[in-house]
Amino acid sequence: MPLRGLMRLLACLVLALPALALAAERTPKPVIIIDKPGRCVEDTETMRREHPDMLKHQRDQTMREGIRTRQHSLKECVQCHASTNTGSVLGEKGFCQSCHDYAGVRIDCFGCHASKPKLASGAKP
Amino acid sequence: MSADANDGLSRRGFLAISAATLGGVMLAPGIRLIEIAGARAPEQAASRQVRWGLLIDTNKCAPGCDDCVKACATENGIKATGHPRTDPQWIRKVELKDLRSGRTHSAPVMCQHCEHPPCVDVCPTGASFKRADGIVLVDRHSCIGCRYCIMACPYKARSIVFQEVTDQNPDVPRGKGCVEGCTLCVHRVDRDRQPACVEACAKAGHNAMTFGDLNDPQSEIAQRVAKYASTQIRADLKLNPGVRYQGL
Repeated sequence: MPLRGLMRLLACLVLALPALALAAERTPKPVIIIDKPGRCVEDTETMRREHPDMLKHQRDQTMREGIRTRQHSLKECVQCHASTNTGSVLGEKGFCQSCHDYAGVRIDCFGCHASKPKLASGAKP
Repeated sequence: MSADANDGLSRRGFLAISAATLGGVMLAPGIRLIEIAGARAPEQAASRQVRWGLLIDTNKCAPGCDDCVKACATENGIKATGHPRTDPQWIRKVELKDLRSGRTHSAPVMCQHCEHPPCVDVCPTGASFKRADGIVLVDRHSCIGCRYCIMACPYKARSIVFQEVTDQNPDVPRGKGCVEGCTLCVHRVDRDRQPACVEACAKAGHNAMTFGDLNDPQSEIAQRVAKYASTQIRADLKLNPGVRYQGL
C-alpha cells in the first residue's frame, strides 16, 4: 500500500516541522542570573573576555605581595554574584558554573576558594 | 619600593605620608597622634622594612590549654576529617619536661617563619615563598603537592591536605593536594589585626603570645626581645626564625 506509506511519511513530516524549526534552540544556553543589579567593576564585554586575566593578576598580587584591593578580587566576585537561592556561584544555574559548563571550561578556583560569601553574622570589613 | 612607585606618588599617598609625618611628631614622651607603623593601605605591597614575629612566653603558656590551636582551626577552617594521623596541623601544643630538674613547660609550635626558610630552598615550583615582610607562605596556585618542603622543614610545620575541603573561610582558601602551614593569619595581619592564636591566648587571660614587627623598636615585641632572654628553636641551624620563645 504505497499510498498509505506516503501519507504516513507526510504526517510524520508535518509533526516534525515544529521540532525542526526549534532545532536552533536545542543548544543549551547559559543561564545568567544577576540577582544584584548594578555596575560590575568593568563593562560586560571586558568582563566576559578578560576576567580570567584579571583574576590571575590580582591573585599573584594578593598572594605574593599582600595587595588586598577589592576591585578584581575573586572574593568580591563571589560576594556580589552568589545566587540568592543557593547562596553560591556554583550549581546548575550558578553565575560561574552555568557559563563555564556552556563553554566547556573547567573552573579550578573553587577547589580551594569559597564559592559562597562570608555569612553576614561573621562579616568583617 | 621601586623608583617608579615613588615617582607615581598620588595625592592620597602624599597626604598619607604627610599625616604620618605630622602624627609621628611626639606630643609627649611615648604619645603620638598616629602610630608611624600604622595600618598599610590595601593597595600597598607588604614592606621589606617590616619583619613580623611572634614571641611566646612559655612561663605564661598554660599546660593543657589549647585555645590557640582551637582558634587557629576555627579561623582557618581546619576540621577533623576522621583521619587524625593525616589531618593538617598548622599549630600544635608541645609539653616539655626537663628530666633532671623535673621542670615542665608547654608551648605552641607552628611555622617559625624563618629568614632563610629551607622549605623555600627546596620547592621545585617556587610555590613555597617568603613575603617581603618575612611571612613564609605556600602559593597553592603553583604547589604541585610534592611535599619536599614537608621533609625539609626542621619544625615539622607543614602538612598536606588529603581530603576534599568544603565551606572554606573566604579569606583562607584551602584545598586537597596542596601543602599548607601557618600563615601567621596573613589575611588578618594585612588588615592590621592580630593572628587568631594570639587573640585567643589574650582572651583566655594567658597573654603568652606577643605578635608584632621585630624591626620596629617601638613595638612591644621588639622591646621585649631586647629586654628579656629569648631563644629560637634549633637556633643552631641559623635559619633565624621570626618565632621566638621565652623561658625555654
